[in-house]
Amino acid sequence: MTDSAISIKNVSKQFGDTVVLRDINLEVPRGQVSCLIGPSGSGKSTLLRCMAFLEEANAGTILIEGEPLGFVEGPNGRRKQTAAELRRTRSKIGMVFQQFNLWPHMTALGNVAASLRRVRKMSRKDAEEKAMAQLEKVDLAPRAHHYPSQLSGGQQQRVAIARALALDPTIMLFDEPTSALDPELTGEVLNVMRTLADEGMTMVVVTHEIGFAASVGNNVCFLDHGRLLFHDTPEKVFAAPRNPRLEQFLDTYLDRGAFLVQ
Amino acid sequence: MSFDFAVIFAKGPQILAGLGVTILIWVVGTALAVVLGFLVATARRFGGRLVNTALMIPVEVLRGTPFLVQIFLLYFGGPYIGLRLDPITAGLLGLSIYGAAYYSEIFRAGYLSVPPGHVEAADCVGFSRVQTILYIQLPEMALLVLPPSLNMVVILLKDTALLSLITVPEMTMTVSAIGSQQYAFVESIVVLALVYWGLVELANALGRIAERKISKLRLT
Ligand SMILES: Nc1ncnc2c1ncn2[C@@H]1O[C@H](COP(=O)(O)OP(=O)(O)OP(=O)(O)O)[C@@H](O)[C@H]1O
Ligand SMILES: [Mg+2]
Repeated sequence: MTDSAISIKNVSKQFGDTVVLRDINLEVPRGQVSCLIGPSGSGKSTLLRCMAFLEEANAGTILIEGEPLGFVEGPNGRRKQTAAELRRTRSKIGMVFQQFNLWPHMTALGNVAASLRRVRKMSRKDAEEKAMAQLEKVDLAPRAHHYPSQLSGGQQQRVAIARALALDPTIMLFDEPTSALDPELTGEVLNVMRTLADEGMTMVVVTHEIGFAASVGNNVCFLDHGRLLFHDTPEKVFAAPRNPRLEQFLDTYLDRGAFLVQ
Repeated sequence: MSFDFAVIFAKGPQILAGLGVTILIWVVGTALAVVLGFLVATARRFGGRLVNTALMIPVEVLRGTPFLVQIFLLYFGGPYIGLRLDPITAGLLGLSIYGAAYYSEIFRAGYLSVPPGHVEAADCVGFSRVQTILYIQLPEMALLVLPPSLNMVVILLKDTALLSLITVPEMTMTVSAIGSQQYAFVESIVVLALVYWGLVELANALGRIAERKISKLRLT
């Protein structure tokens, strides 16, 4: 079948009359970091959310490691997956949100252990042991018993990453993981992501951090008005953009100097 | 004119029996109202547009008509459609349904108060719908839902007094009957007021304990 971790074919999405994604085709290679960039409202979040079936595409198919996500093709057209089928496909995916979305009534440890206990049905002790190891990976073991409201934004986002990693997904999706953070806190989150990338995790990252995209990304996708205009290595995208929309985007929205200096 | 409470208290056992009926209908009725209200809110939340509208109509009717009219309809109107209930059953059923309409609105607001992202996060780690409700949505809405819920507990207690009008042998009916027989009507009403007030304070005290427990769990 396919060698891609995620395979997106002819995906379109609209909200009412607003077309947000237009016929997107994208292969996300295994073990690589793919960055999604583009102006505000271009459809980056929507595309990423389609990859976790948090949004339903109106047309097209999405395969996660070769298996259909959300819909299965049948003799009479596509049908929606059952809740159990969807859970199984989704279990390969970890999702990290811009607003962290930690559960406020659980400690950091509780947030990470929840899926192990409820979904994996592990005992409390085993789940917390494994969750603690996950928190150690993001350097937050000392904060395990703090509630989200007692943690900084950067710490909360690292807990959210640990939570997404708890069930050992093979693909991690990030939607602007550092945009809600004070500038001095972005580094700690980006470092965790860098480590994950070095370990060979397949990652799709919606980001405005051009420095991160340039140094960690293996490939960069540029979305504009719901179209995938450009998909190439960071060198090609950032150093010598030939597409006028991309050129304009990089000039207007971003500080390209950071990359050119490297 | 002087008050004579002795004639009222002489009927202690009768009063206690009435109090028992009141507490029974109050506690069981409220419990049923909470459960039913929660189920209605949950069905409206997840059942799609059709279910939502189908349930909205009875909820609005129940909230838009007096409780007294509802129990009259149920008790005196019921037999016309073959629904013959004894007074206590009718009272219990009436109170549960009436309370459920209000509790469903309380839980509806509760569901709305949980950020959608928290539910999406649960979806993404493989929680089932029921698990998400139990472990994420209910605990997150608990603090918000508690004060109006307790308020409703108190309202339901006070509304049980109306059940005397469909001959439920609860406290109001018992005590006011004693008052009339003994020519001590005002005294009987004073006793009634004090007992209801005592029950309300008891409920409030229990509510405060629950609130303290829950806010400690959440720690925000
Ligand atoms: N639930 C929704 N209902 C209606 N319109 C929506 C919804 N979600 C997104 N949109 C619209 O879809 C378009 C793309 O939104 P999306 O969030 O994917 O953009 P984005 O590229 O992530 O932007 P940003 O950089 O600001 O996060 C926008 O015009 C937005 O208004
Ligand atoms: Mg976005």
